[in-house]
Amino acid sequence: MDFIGAYSADHLTFLLNGFWLTLKMAFIAIILSFILGGVVGTLRFAKIPVLSQVLAVIVEIIRNLPLLLIIFFTFFALPEIGIKFKEVPAAIIALTIFEAAMLSEIIRSGLNSIDKGQMEAARSSGLSYFQALWHIILPQALRRMVPPTVSQFISLLKDTSLAVVISVPELTHQAQIVYGQKIGYLVPTLLVVMLMYFVVNFTLSILSRRLEVKRT
Amino acid sequence: MMNPKKFFKMAVLPAIAALILAGCGNSDTSSKSGSSEKTGVLAKIEKEDKIVFGVKNDTRLFGLKNPGTGEVEGFDIDIAKALAGEILGDESKVEFKEVTSKTRIQLLKNGDIDAIIATMTISEERKKEVDFTDVYFDAGQSLLVKKGSDVTGIDSLTGKTVLAVKGSTSSINIREKAPDANVLEFENYSEAFAALKQGKGDALTTDDSILYGMADEDPSFELVGGTFTEEPYGIAVNKGNEDFVKKLNEALKVLKDSGKYDEIHDKWIKKD
Amino acid sequence: MNFSILTNNIDMFLEGFKVTLMASVIALIASLLLGAFIAVLRIAPNKLLNWLGTIYVEFIRNIPLLIIMLFVYLVFNFKGLTAGTIALTIYTTAFIAEAIRAGILSISKGQMEAARSSGLTYGQAMRLIILPQAIKVVIPPLGNQFINLVKNSSLVAVIAGGDLMYQADLISARTLVVMDTYILVAMFYLLLTIPLSLGVGYLEKRLAKSN
Repeated sequence: MDFIGAYSADHLTFLLNGFWLTLKMAFIAIILSFILGGVVGTLRFAKIPVLSQVLAVIVEIIRNLPLLLIIFFTFFALPEIGIKFKEVPAAIIALTIFEAAMLSEIIRSGLNSIDKGQMEAARSSGLSYFQALWHIILPQALRRMVPPTVSQFISLLKDTSLAVVISVPELTHQAQIVYGQKIGYLVPTLLVVMLMYFVVNFTLSILSRRLEVKRT
Repeated sequence: MMNPKKFFKMAVLPAIAALILAGCGNSDTSSKSGSSEKTGVLAKIEKEDKIVFGVKNDTRLFGLKNPGTGEVEGFDIDIAKALAGEILGDESKVEFKEVTSKTRIQLLKNGDIDAIIATMTISEERKKEVDFTDVYFDAGQSLLVKKGSDVTGIDSLTGKTVLAVKGSTSSINIREKAPDANVLEFENYSEAFAALKQGKGDALTTDDSILYGMADEDPSFELVGGTFTEEPYGIAVNKGNEDFVKKLNEALKVLKDSGKYDEIHDKWIKKD
Repeated sequence: MNFSILTNNIDMFLEGFKVTLMASVIALIASLLLGAFIAVLRIAPNKLLNWLGTIYVEFIRNIPLLIIMLFVYLVFNFKGLTAGTIALTIYTTAFIAEAIRAGILSISKGQMEAARSSGLTYGQAMRLIILPQAIKVVIPPLGNQFINLVKNSSLVAVIAGGDLMYQADLISARTLVVMDTYILVAMFYLLLTIPLSLGVGYLEKRLAKSN
């Protein structure tokens, strides 16, 4: 094992560059999937005939498929019907679709957890259905959703490592290049990569616990 | 028990949706999505004044990313630069995109790259998907083993485990030539070579050119049994760009005539 | 849809399905046992044991499964499928430990005290009184973990483990028919995960009613 060679300044910079892309991809995918998941979760909660059922089916299918398959599908299969993305956008889109399906469930159950009486009270005081949803239900539900949402984000950050299979130069991919040079670099490289993922994810999980404690 | 309506909603509908999805897949594959850029790649290259080549990043001697500089280096890279020098008059008018055996055709079809110069064998199967230039390197499939291994060639692979890379011609060839070997396929060469070094297989198979690079990196490995296929490398371009292929062929010829090709060849490929 | 992909390669699909199912079931059983053990460590009346449990759970939960898989495969002397199953177990154990811990904590403290004062040791009280009750609460989240496990088993493809996803890669590379191959493979995964997901939904409903 060659720790000194593996941890040369060049290698560490190379890995950090990869990690920077990992973080950027995760950040964009988090925002997009929160928006998409929010819309889908709310529409499903609102029980709009047909639309809610169709969304339920789509969400159920996506939630029950491996992310790796969704990434392959987005990058290798969609071009067969003329939908083409470069590697990084393909990875972000696949991550967004997958995590949005997960988040929509979190959001829907958050909304469901608010007492039904509140909706009725808001409606009878003259608000429309969506006004009541927006002003009364959603703000309360959002607070309950914070912890599961943060843990979903941690999953997402970890899931970006799968983008390695379509050659996105994120952290895991850079690690393969570093330890591909010399087998003595293998263990040191994997260890430092674990540490990088761990530091960010652990910080996020502590943050989410703080928020949870504050709320109660 | 679950009520039937619920069951319908949760189980039958997904199945229907999947079938619809499948249906779409079918109707569109028949219309074949082969590239139909009206402008043509050559026009784009002249407009942007650079050629975007898809290259390997994990193949020593041909295309290997140097973590120190972040640049890709190798035979393919130097040939690509020389080609740009001939076509656009300046060797620096190139851009390199890193590809793998599995992603390269897709990236070419997407229009992310103008040409593939990435240890790519000209094959009849691939000619249906892309166009190739003339041969720019003659490789052949071989075997890399730990020195002293009892694998001495393609005939001594019965019951042995051979490592290969997904989407490569060598993974298909080895199953034909050594049907009694157990073949394991990985995402890329750095993964496959790491697996060989860690004793996950008895031999690694791919083109000798790539294997020489690995033996060069770690001298405890050697090539055995010579080559058992011919793997002529070509530069791949999207279909319908005959003018660009012609330009590349002319440039290749100039490089060969001027001695520039031999210079690059000798720089990277060591003859044993 | 080109069903000839399915009929021509049915052996590979079935082999992959078998491997995926096997890896998932073995990893589930192993991580249930290990997860229960770690959960008990985390709530045992001993600071050192608590710490060990916490370190395991927090470390594993916060790193990607793919890295664990590459590590187990490349560093140790295991074949792809074995390494993959071990990595899946290491990873899933952390999540199952958390689910079981939450289940145990949901059983009132008074029960433990009552059991102890009636002469049972801590281990006996845990095994005979607390765990059986916790299991009921814990089954739906465990079901969800099993679904995740089936999905996560697809990463075995990266270390040539021969699972469904690996076979799909080989079939699509050989036939150059990508979309149909992946749709078929998606259906094989749904065949495993949708019934599980329906079952979990049903159990969750029943549990909510019984409370």
